[in-house]
Amino acid sequence: MKNLTKAVRKASCLVVLATFTASASITTSQAADLDLAGETVEFVIPFSETGGSAKWANFYAPLLSEALPGQPTIVVKFMPGAGSTKGANWFQEQTYEDTNGTLIFGSSGSTQFPYLLGDPRVKYEYADWNVVLASGTGGVAYLPPDLAGMMNGMDASGLAGTDFIWGSQGATRLDLVPLLAWKMLGMSVEPVFGIKGRGDGRLMFERGEANIDYQTSSAYLKSVVPLVENGQAVPMMTWGALDDNGNVVRDPTFPDIPSFKEVCETTPGCETSGEAWDAWKAFFIAGFPAQKMVFLPKGATQEAIDTYTKAFDAVIARSDFPEISAARLGVYPQMTGALAAASLELGTQVDPVAKEFVVNWLAEDYGVTLE
Amino acid sequence: MDILATAFGALDEAILLVIHPQQILYLVIGVVLGLSVGVFPGLGGIAGLSLVLPFMYGMEPVSGLALMVGLIAVVPTSDTFASVLMGIPGSSASQATVLDGFPMAKKGEAARALSAAFASSLFGGLLGATVLTFFILIARPIVLAFGTPEMLMITLLGLSMVAILAGRVALKGLAAACLGLLVGTIGEAGAGGSLRMATYDIPYLTDGIKLVIVGLGIFAIPEIVSLLRQDRSISERSSLGAGWLTGVKDWWKNIWLSIRCSVIGVIVGVIPGLGGSVVDWIAYGHAVQTTKDKSKFGTGEIRGVIGPESSNNAKEGGGLVPTLIFGIPGSGSMAIFIGGLALLGFDAGPQLIQNELSLTYTIVWSLALANVFGAGLCIALSGGIAKLTTIRFALLAPFLFMMISFAAFQSRQSLGDLIALFSIGVLGIFLKRFDWSRPAFLIGFVLSSQAENYSNNAHQIASFKFRRGLEQGFEYIASPIVLVLLAITVISVIIGIRQAKEIFSEGDVSTGKKKAPMIFLLALLAYTTIALINASLIELTSDKIFPVTIATVGVIALVILLIKMMISPEGDTLFADSETGKEGLEAPYGLWGTLGWLGLLLLLTSLLGFILALGMFLLLYFRIRVGLNWLQVCFFTSLGLVFMCFFAYILNRDFPPGLLQEFFSLPWPLT
Repeated sequence: MKNLTKAVRKASCLVVLATFTASASITTSQAADLDLAGETVEFVIPFSETGGSAKWANFYAPLLSEALPGQPTIVVKFMPGAGSTKGANWFQEQTYEDTNGTLIFGSSGSTQFPYLLGDPRVKYEYADWNVVLASGTGGVAYLPPDLAGMMNGMDASGLAGTDFIWGSQGATRLDLVPLLAWKMLGMSVEPVFGIKGRGDGRLMFERGEANIDYQTSSAYLKSVVPLVENGQAVPMMTWGALDDNGNVVRDPTFPDIPSFKEVCETTPGCETSGEAWDAWKAFFIAGFPAQKMVFLPKGATQEAIDTYTKAFDAVIARSDFPEISAARLGVYPQMTGALAAASLELGTQVDPVAKEFVVNWLAEDYGVTLE
Repeated sequence: MDILATAFGALDEAILLVIHPQQILYLVIGVVLGLSVGVFPGLGGIAGLSLVLPFMYGMEPVSGLALMVGLIAVVPTSDTFASVLMGIPGSSASQATVLDGFPMAKKGEAARALSAAFASSLFGGLLGATVLTFFILIARPIVLAFGTPEMLMITLLGLSMVAILAGRVALKGLAAACLGLLVGTIGEAGAGGSLRMATYDIPYLTDGIKLVIVGLGIFAIPEIVSLLRQDRSISERSSLGAGWLTGVKDWWKNIWLSIRCSVIGVIVGVIPGLGGSVVDWIAYGHAVQTTKDKSKFGTGEIRGVIGPESSNNAKEGGGLVPTLIFGIPGSGSMAIFIGGLALLGFDAGPQLIQNELSLTYTIVWSLALANVFGAGLCIALSGGIAKLTTIRFALLAPFLFMMISFAAFQSRQSLGDLIALFSIGVLGIFLKRFDWSRPAFLIGFVLSSQAENYSNNAHQIASFKFRRGLEQGFEYIASPIVLVLLAITVISVIIGIRQAKEIFSEGDVSTGKKKAPMIFLLALLAYTTIALINASLIELTSDKIFPVTIATVGVIALVILLIKMMISPEGDTLFADSETGKEGLEAPYGLWGTLGWLGLLLLLTSLLGFILALGMFLLLYFRIRVGLNWLQVCFFTSLGLVFMCFFAYILNRDFPPGLLQEFFSLPWPLT
């Protein structure tokens, strides 16, 4: 009996201890979560209210608000200027200490490209920031039916003799990925610079002023697929997607459309190795699979990073997420944690050789210098 | 017949949706929000929509739509208050309203101008919605017919309005327009990114100067300063003359003008990429050309109010066409509207009209209904609000300085905004003083980037087509639409030049000695020459050709003026200088002292941040300049501060920080 009592006492002690540790660990894990109740989180977008980043941020803001502890109000704040470098420079000045998790920043391919090309306006450093989400996308190039008929399957050499004209936002933007791809295929594409957005480029194509165009995936799905169905446009190729080993593969959103890599392999004169290919691939990765990212400012605590990572995980895990995101973001990976960090690395580091190749090509073909 | 059947079928359903009490409630909330935001210059649909966007997610679609549409529809109506009462263009859509609306307010006819404007707005909005109901089904091919050369021609048609607004000396108008175009090219070129009159060391300039700042600087600051010097109320009479009923009658008398201008509004609004910046000028030009007695334009002609106001609301309806059919926003607020639609689960684009026609009509007719509520509310308020013009202006002015500084800061949230505002304001004061057409400057500025981009693009595409064949090239640049627009432009320039001498947008200006006008001319010449040299050093042809051409024209015009000035005797119209006239000599306060108060606010802001600076400025101003007792001083100062903080808090806007905030982090609103 005594033994039994002893055992019970021992057991109850253990239970108490266990409960205590458990509750302690629960309280610590609660403490590890940032509580944002009653706070207002600013989601700063370095573009105007009209662009793709605005759509992306407006998509995430209400979902993120529901998923964050304390359900803070999230307001998307637009800070356009100097091709997003103004907003990014501003964010570089912010610290976690001053903002306590109430500030996040959304960057885009247009923020990465000036950084990669050594634009003199860039005063920000991606390595200082803390990534909590990375969203990928893809792109599709398309042609009018008569020109598409000149391609022999995936061989684009039939297009070599044609003059192409294309509405472009500028050679140092995301548009350098398609420009370089077409050049590698031996096509002569003359860009008309200075249009305001890719939508205007599509309108030029529809009016017959341009005879080639490309759109990012969500815009393609929304606005070009109806043209394809009407017989006004034919998809030429996608830029592809990255697999887990960093290889360019067919874009899972468009399984029936060949990727640029496949077209390049089939077309004589286009190489999927060497300087040009490496440069194209480096900028493709920066511009598409790692296009949009959410950051906490420099000095963010691990608990803040974990809190946001968890919240984005919860958003992505929602049962209705595939449905609501497919229409507005396309079917692309939304990455958090280690995957987001890996994608940040891919998107913000290019081989100096690739950079030099692109800088020289921009100067030679378009007279664009970054001084 | 098919179209009619489809239209009416969906229309039935849409109207039932629209007139549901709950939707009407949301629509009215939207209208009231839009009114409160739109009254303030520089804050329009974008600010208002951003305010409601966070609530959109999960809202019932038709209610959400009603809220957003109510807000958008009423902004071009409510911005008329600022244009008419204070001479401040409330948004790009009501720039032309200032020209005749403000002189009417000065004459004590503010209520008449306002109610005529609102009646026109209402009519324009309704007509726009009616046209859209049928047009939206057949619009696609028509919109596609407007290529780059056609858009360039419309831009040129807008620019041709400079001819009619050039003022007494046509060359001065031309030079002012060139100057506006040149100021519009400051910053990175749209095509190749070369810098023009800017350096990376001053990042502010690389983005160019924004329309809000130029509008406020060129129109608002000179008017506020000039009124403040007189130290009386805006209205020259102490009692208000014609009331709001007269305004509605005026509109009815000019119903045909209102119809024609509404149609112009719909057509221009339908073309994506042009936005609201040309439509009011084209409508104003049309109003002038079709009026027999032109002598009153610029000094308070009611037709100059009815024309632009009919067109700008109709344009908002027209702007829905590219937004809904192509998913391409025609303006900033339309872009957010698309974002809001997406939050409600709809994607703008061809499929919206094919699959959701009744929803499309819900949007169109909510717009019409919102126009009715908005204009009704505004007309009802106009009599009361017009009384503002009888208040002693010295009491209003500091609040106006407060509002325009805050509004200017919203454009880029940088201290550079305030410096730019002040500099452009000084330029505006001189343009007004020496009778250089400010509307011509503004038209040039507004259309600068459009004119450059379209001419570059059209040239590039045209030469591409010509290389493929002569026939193809001509087919492209000489389409029937281009030829018709060209003919209209040429006629409008010819009529404009003939009539310009009868239209005095600055009223009567006296002439004086040679020295001051000459110095100002030389300063303009110096800037234009530097801009010319700066542009000719650019390597990329696409980035240099436009500023070089414009600067060359500007330099030539200015040099001819200089020669004319040297050989003309004193007292010639060339030497217009309002300081030598009644306004300058009889004003109890000096120009620089008055401007100094705005300078003080901006200087204090750069040191202490906006709210602290505002507090000090208001205290000093009311005590020293107005001479109120301390009780009144404290009352007015806290009134201003509380209002400003409340407004910024609701809209989630920041205030300009100063040097102090560099060193200490202070809690909002002192940040």
